[in-house]
Amino acid sequence: MLTVLLLLWPVTAALLLHFFKGKSARVAALGAALLEFALALYAAGFSGANLALGGDIGPKFEFNYSWIPTAGISFHVGMDGLSLLLVLLTTLLVPIILLSAFRRNFENESVFYALVLFMQTGLIGVFTAQDAFLFYFMWEVALIPIYFLAGVWGGVDRARVTFKFFLYTIIGSLFMLAGFVYLYFQTGPTVDGLSAHNASLSAFYNLNLPAETQLWVFWLIFAAFAVKMPIFPFHTWQPDTYTESPAPASMLLAGIMLKMGIYGCMRWLLPVVPLGVDYWQNLILILAVIGIIYGAIIAIRQQDVKRLIAYSSLSHVGLMIAGVFSLTQLGMQGASIQMLAHGINVVGLFFIADAIERRTGTRNIADLGGLTRKAPALTVCFLVLLLGTVALPLTNGFVGEFLLLAGVYQHNAWLGAVAGITIILSAVYLLRMFQRVMLGPDSAHSATFTDLTGGEIAVLVPLIVLVFWIGIFPNFFLSLSEGSVLGILGQVVKR
Amino acid sequence: MNSIILLSALGLGNLFLGFRRSNRLLLPVMMLILGLVLTVNFLDWNQGPQSFFSGMLIIDNFSVAFTGIVLLTALVLVPFSQKYVLDEEANLAEYYSLLLFSLVGAIMLASYNHLLMLFLGIEILSVAMYVLAGSDKRNMRSNEAALKYFLMGAFFTGILLFGMALVYGATGTLELSSISFSVQNPVNASLRPMLYIGMLLMLLGIGFKVGAAPFHFWTPDVYEGTPTFFTAFMSTVVKTAGFAAFLKLLVQVFPAATAQGVWLPTLTAMCVLTLLVGNVGAVAQTSVKRMLAYSSISHAGYLFIALVAFNGALEGASANGIMFYSLAYSVATVSAFGVLKLVADARHREDYAGFQGLAKTNPLLAFCLTVSMLSLAGIPLTGGFFGKFFVFMAAVENGYIGLVIFAVVMSMVSIYYYLRPIIAMYMRDADDATTEAVPVPVTTFQSGALLVLALLTVLLGVLPGLLAGVL
Repeated sequence: MLTVLLLLWPVTAALLLHFFKGKSARVAALGAALLEFALALYAAGFSGANLALGGDIGPKFEFNYSWIPTAGISFHVGMDGLSLLLVLLTTLLVPIILLSAFRRNFENESVFYALVLFMQTGLIGVFTAQDAFLFYFMWEVALIPIYFLAGVWGGVDRARVTFKFFLYTIIGSLFMLAGFVYLYFQTGPTVDGLSAHNASLSAFYNLNLPAETQLWVFWLIFAAFAVKMPIFPFHTWQPDTYTESPAPASMLLAGIMLKMGIYGCMRWLLPVVPLGVDYWQNLILILAVIGIIYGAIIAIRQQDVKRLIAYSSLSHVGLMIAGVFSLTQLGMQGASIQMLAHGINVVGLFFIADAIERRTGTRNIADLGGLTRKAPALTVCFLVLLLGTVALPLTNGFVGEFLLLAGVYQHNAWLGAVAGITIILSAVYLLRMFQRVMLGPDSAHSATFTDLTGGEIAVLVPLIVLVFWIGIFPNFFLSLSEGSVLGILGQVVKR
Repeated sequence: MNSIILLSALGLGNLFLGFRRSNRLLLPVMMLILGLVLTVNFLDWNQGPQSFFSGMLIIDNFSVAFTGIVLLTALVLVPFSQKYVLDEEANLAEYYSLLLFSLVGAIMLASYNHLLMLFLGIEILSVAMYVLAGSDKRNMRSNEAALKYFLMGAFFTGILLFGMALVYGATGTLELSSISFSVQNPVNASLRPMLYIGMLLMLLGIGFKVGAAPFHFWTPDVYEGTPTFFTAFMSTVVKTAGFAAFLKLLVQVFPAATAQGVWLPTLTAMCVLTLLVGNVGAVAQTSVKRMLAYSSISHAGYLFIALVAFNGALEGASANGIMFYSLAYSVATVSAFGVLKLVADARHREDYAGFQGLAKTNPLLAFCLTVSMLSLAGIPLTGGFFGKFFVFMAAVENGYIGLVIFAVVMSMVSIYYYLRPIIAMYMRDADDATTEAVPVPVTTFQSGALLVLALLTVLLGVLPGLLAGVL
């Protein structure tokens, strides 16, 4: 029931937001998002206690309602450790994203905040769905608000860019739907016997499809995840969309939405078509490693701060994909914690990029420089988040990337070695950016630049605390997802 | 049956109301009539099959459901004719009565049990539509539309009647179950070709009415020329009733395996062609009204998939699919045409650019049109998604995977043209400042109707279980 509450509260709040006008809308939205976060924390505390007692790893807080009885489709939600981790990430980031939007005056504010909250429902739905068609449904529910967020409040070229984004993702997800429909017709009847088939996760896990079928079903389902993550060569929508979107939308896209793809692979791909995964594993790993190197090299050449972060995100997500497809416990655990870490870091970086753009009116690295003298607080925050992204020891990025690389290395030493270059390359492009923007010779803006305001620091402090917390004491987070990861791996290896 | 009697009687009464020359009274009366008939109609739900006129009409759950859809469509459509009331349109009572009469035809199409009733239903429906297509008498395009529709329609009615005559010649009866019996147990095998030719001619006749390719050529021109209010009626009520008639014909008259061998390939070919023509044609349009015309062709194509995949009964996945799809489609289409009419009346243009900046001047209109476009495109959270979902599932279940893949590819194409009005409304500013400043006038009545339509679309998209599988 708690899961349903987590799902319904944001959308209810979004609807209620229409009664708030102007500035009060943002406060109401923030309040709603914080309440949601409190709910998620309660769930985490409950689960954490359960884990400490050595409880079972199945989904908790389950809710099962027969959605379309004649077709055996149910509104079945629940959270295991992995879901909970991502629900925590979502509920933590949404208030921060809302806060970051406070700095700007958007037209039709209440609609803007309502769309963010509406999207939260979709995201949480994706992370908690236990039924294939519900998963698909939520997957699209998350897409519609972000399309409008990016399309209505975005930059000059927004119409073209968001159109491309929408087409790419929806075509990808239609393939996934086709795959689910195929699998659905292979399943057995529902318990009540009303329908000849059912679409529950457990029914999909118990399918024993022949290997040659799994080979092509793999691609149907993977298409949606490949576009969403995105994996090279399905990434062409990403840099444009990240750049043209308003900062809060970029944060939603990079911080949370990207994780939908990785989560989808772990929950709905690997255990469902393990033989297909086994067959294509190396191809995906190679694509992922190409993405790591490609994204990093292009990031080095970028002049636009936001575009640079977009390509860096492409590079980092490549490593997460590689970790997942290494099919090792280390790699999967690394991906789980890195999802959290990357979400925190990338939202922080986008926030800082936006803060700089608001003050100087530009995101162009060549026009910036020497900002640090007037802005010590900004410099510190920027540096911490940057080092977290570079994966310096003691930061959250280190834990994730270390585990990921160890996992990939376990699977194939050569791939691990090539993927390891990412740490060097990300240091190159991120420190280069930092050096040119914050240090370097004074620019036209350095004299008039102002430091972070109290409100902005309030946004960044929780992120920075988390950077170190996850970096120094990762065990709570790792133990949260451990059971789920082992369960998924057991399912993969079983066949 | 009660709904047919009530509609006819009240339609006549409505004509007399016209003598009072009081248009203001007409709109509420019209809504009242439709609401009343809709309620009366549902009294027949789950009452078992009732037969009338020596078994020529049969009212069962199937016909009640489809009658409900056409009546509901008409009910939510009527508020958009408010401009006629305000403009003191001279012949409004006649138009409304014609609408009511054509609804009688639509109900007969959902409940016939005799080919004569099918013919009567189609004629009652069509003759009223021929007149209404030309109701904008001073507009050349409207006259052209009426003439085109009438000439083509009369021609295809002839073909339909010819088909019926041949079927009668081959089987000696016009009663559905008797035809079905003699199709399965032929007295004289040499008459088979005659039966099959008759059957195919009937398919062509009804195919024309629902705007299926390759008999779709009239659709874009007639839809464009006809006043928007009646275009909306044409593309929803006529189509829903046509498909109900289609399904009944295929299920109750020609289910035999031998007959299926003849009509199934024809129907499949029509289905593929309709999907292709509708979707590809819509991409090329610059006028929203013409785009909606092609889109209505394409939706006929999706409904054909359910016909192809039918499982021999007026219940089950296929019949439910058609029912759900028709409802979702009708609701979304009424809302699209409604917004189009309001915008076109105010801004005097029907192209995509005419919608620019609408999100700023009329957020409600923009929102409702967005919901309807997403529903027509089949995006989740809207009824259109589950409509397509049920139809495709029925087809996959019966092994028509290739057809479904083709349809899915076509609906990917459709996303392109359904997003265009949304992009124009939300992401582009009006091309001149004057349109930007003036909101499109909308009455509370119309806003209410649009909100109801949007809510209904979302409700169908969130809780499809309420309606899925009722037949």
